[in-house]
Amino acid sequence: MTPQSSLRSSSPDTESPVSIGLADPLERQARLSTLVAEVLAEARRLGASAAEAAASQDAGAVVTVRLGEVETVEHTRDNGLGVTVYFGTRKGSASTSDLSPQAVRDTVAAACAIARHTMEDPCAGLADAADLAIEVPDLGLYHPWDLSVEQAIVLAQECEAAAFHADRRITNSEGAALSSHSGVQVYGNSHGFIGGYPSSRHSLSCAVIGEDGGGMQRDDWWSVARFPAGLEDPVAVGRRAAERAVARLGARRLSTRRAPVLFQAEVAVSLLRHLLGAIKGGALYRRASFLLDRLGQPIFPELVRIHEDPHLSGGLGSAPFDGEGVATRARDLVAGGILQGYVLDSYSARKLGLRNTGNAGGVHNLRIDSTGPDRAGLIERMGSGLLVTELMGQGSNTVTGDYSRGASGFWVEQGAIAYPVEEITIAGNLQAMFLGLLAVGSDDCIPGSTKTGSWLIEEMTIAGE
Amino acid sequence: MTDPLVIARHSILEPQGLAERDLERVLDELMGPCVDAADLFFQATRAESWMIEDGILKEASYNIERGAGIRVVSGEKTGFSYSDEIELPVLLEAAKAARAIASSGRSASVPVQGVVASRRLYAPVNPLESLEQEEKVALLRRVDAEARAADPRVKQVIVSLVAVQDLVLIAATDGTLSGDVRPLVRLNVSVITEDKGRREQGSSGGGARETLAFLLEGDRALGYAREAVRQALVNLDASEAPAGTLTVVLGPGWPGVLLHEAVGHGLEGDFNRKGTSAFAGRLGERVAAPGVTVVDDGTLPGRRGSLNIDDEGTPTQCTVLIEGGILRGYMQDRLNARLMGMAPTGNGRRESYAHLPMPRMTNTYMLPGPYDPGEIIASVDKGLYAVNFGGGQVDITSGKFVFSASEAYLIENGRVTRPVKGATLIGNGPDVLTRVRMVGNDLALDAGVGTCGKEGQSVPVGVGQPTLRIDGLTVGGTSA
Repeated sequence: MTPQSSLRSSSPDTESPVSIGLADPLERQARLSTLVAEVLAEARRLGASAAEAAASQDAGAVVTVRLGEVETVEHTRDNGLGVTVYFGTRKGSASTSDLSPQAVRDTVAAACAIARHTMEDPCAGLADAADLAIEVPDLGLYHPWDLSVEQAIVLAQECEAAAFHADRRITNSEGAALSSHSGVQVYGNSHGFIGGYPSSRHSLSCAVIGEDGGGMQRDDWWSVARFPAGLEDPVAVGRRAAERAVARLGARRLSTRRAPVLFQAEVAVSLLRHLLGAIKGGALYRRASFLLDRLGQPIFPELVRIHEDPHLSGGLGSAPFDGEGVATRARDLVAGGILQGYVLDSYSARKLGLRNTGNAGGVHNLRIDSTGPDRAGLIERMGSGLLVTELMGQGSNTVTGDYSRGASGFWVEQGAIAYPVEEITIAGNLQAMFLGLLAVGSDDCIPGSTKTGSWLIEEMTIAGE
Repeated sequence: MTDPLVIARHSILEPQGLAERDLERVLDELMGPCVDAADLFFQATRAESWMIEDGILKEASYNIERGAGIRVVSGEKTGFSYSDEIELPVLLEAAKAARAIASSGRSASVPVQGVVASRRLYAPVNPLESLEQEEKVALLRRVDAEARAADPRVKQVIVSLVAVQDLVLIAATDGTLSGDVRPLVRLNVSVITEDKGRREQGSSGGGARETLAFLLEGDRALGYAREAVRQALVNLDASEAPAGTLTVVLGPGWPGVLLHEAVGHGLEGDFNRKGTSAFAGRLGERVAAPGVTVVDDGTLPGRRGSLNIDDEGTPTQCTVLIEGGILRGYMQDRLNARLMGMAPTGNGRRESYAHLPMPRMTNTYMLPGPYDPGEIIASVDKGLYAVNFGGGQVDITSGKFVFSASEAYLIENGRVTRPVKGATLIGNGPDVLTRVRMVGNDLALDAGVGTCGKEGQSVPVGVGQPTLRIDGLTVGGTSA
């Protein structure tokens, strides 16, 4: 899949093609930078002692195809402006989707008006000037896809058709979707920082339904990338969705038991998310984390290393600076199993008396190093236990670490998959699960900005029949 | 000015110098021989949110969003485009993009006429202006103080307040122009308690399509503070939850999230038209015990899930989904109703002008039965009594659903004994309601905090139920 020509409307009677991608991102970026500067000046004029603003524009299209026919063609175009003003350590915010001069002035005025009602908060304010990004490196995040709507439809059709061809038990479909978006974002604050960059994001997904005498099972697969050539082949995406759906057919329940659990890579990502939730500044200063005061202590076995790399070229989570203009830096969150750092923005860093880590808005490209074999090797190593391929519900408690979620996947016996299972739960406590992480697989080829292989956890409670 | 249509016209169209004839021009642009329907959805939303933490009112924000979504439907195909600029040239350009889905050609123009609202489930007010800013701040501080004063083990309190006014205007190729003015308020309290090194959380809240005065009535908001603290204290004493299949008694009100997940989503028209729901093709079949009747009702005055009209301009209604255990109906938007040869049910909803409408729930609840709640608990030898929940999730196709208890107790020999930790409950949608053994006489609706997500779109909803005894739900605790 290589990019060519401009993604545009397929209307036969449209005289002027409706352009989908953002025309001229550099010019847009310059315009948004001017807008942000005007917002900061307006805030100062209204008496604010400090201010920050973020503006963005994004455009794109989403095409969905179902049972070979076009289902929807959506053209998207989003604008946004958010401004936060400070009067000393009192703060107010406002946002708008309308970037007209009047709406922008009204928005700044609204932020200033509402700030009169907030209270002094000694930790409030802009990020420290010394922490701001000095330059904005080009991280290769902008690769617009010049593609017509017809071409997008063909790719989605190929993807869905591949799913139907992969297995005769694929009897129905929720469809395949191709989306392509590009945009520009600019952030500035009254320390004098204004930075911005364009970026793009393309994705292809497919969800199909397999059926046998025992019932129906749905599953999906997807691919997402900054650049079109980074997407997985449509046929491979469709085939993978089909294989996943039919593999679930004939699923049984399990009796209640304790057993080792292998989280397949794409669901192991959620365990990293729970880790982040517990080492995020907001949870820590609120004392709402099961990992309070654990900096410098082992929270995983010694072999575990978790790394953040914000400047990865073309990375889905890459960012030259964070949501407050703070320079992002590569670092270890966990090394030798020991917690090396928290995930902080300027506010939580001040609350905790620690240094800002450049994580306003989240982490950038997280990776956990592999410590073991691929998925098949881990299944063999587990011997008998549960391979989890899907999790349901929100049953993880950041305050206590208590964990209880719905699951489906496969029961493993004698180092091989025995049969699919469903309608069971897995439960434990995240602290014990992290310490019981026996191995991280090398099977880390999963879509998204977080890279992990499958996680083999020593033991959990499985509830079923 | 109390007619929602007049207010919405005045706020959305008139500032842009737009009138009915302009909407007709855009609709003309959309129509063609292959077009079944098209609509223009205009929206202007103002929202204000406040947050107090550590006793400091530290966050306050004001948000304005406006825009128009333009949709063309041809058979099963939908073309969609939207813009946050409500100006005629931009609308015409968006219309061209949206109609590219259908083949070319023009048909007669559509005269657009205002539809007089037939119903007032809520007043067309602006809740942002229903209290002075100082009064909002005072309310937050009182709620914060109430939670802190409730118990010395309370270590952290967060109170948030959100007020929204949502104006919508829908012009459709059937010639109708409908409008609605939708107020929505919500207050949430979340607390952390700490005792002997153990920390737990509790949360509570409520809201309605009302002014902020709703939160002041009978000190309602202070009640949320006390409730959040109560839950967090109960959890300090909770022991391991059981693991395995048990008899479960669900409390009234918010535990109705069971119905939302187990049957609600599976009865939305789109999944049934496509045959992807575990309930597809099962109208008229038994899917629940004889005493079970479940409805989706968008017409309850002031409720969070209620709407005068849905986002396609269809008046909402009370739709019977399951009657005496028999599957009776689906929830429909216009597209799926037309393709299935059924009537729309006023369930066509969208998160905003930038999203396509689809069948969504409003307020989904089970009608009461004959049993006293005490009688239901007394009937259980060994089981779980779950009274508060976080969220849930469902796999429409396999029918498997989960919902996570945040406050639960063991039942031993017909008595509620000790609290157990939160745990996820899992079941099979088409089967779980057949296991309902007793339905209580204490129907309650939730306090007005529910938000439902589907295909990336969030909409406010309500749930409710009486106390229920279900024989055989899998409880995901750690105590095997």
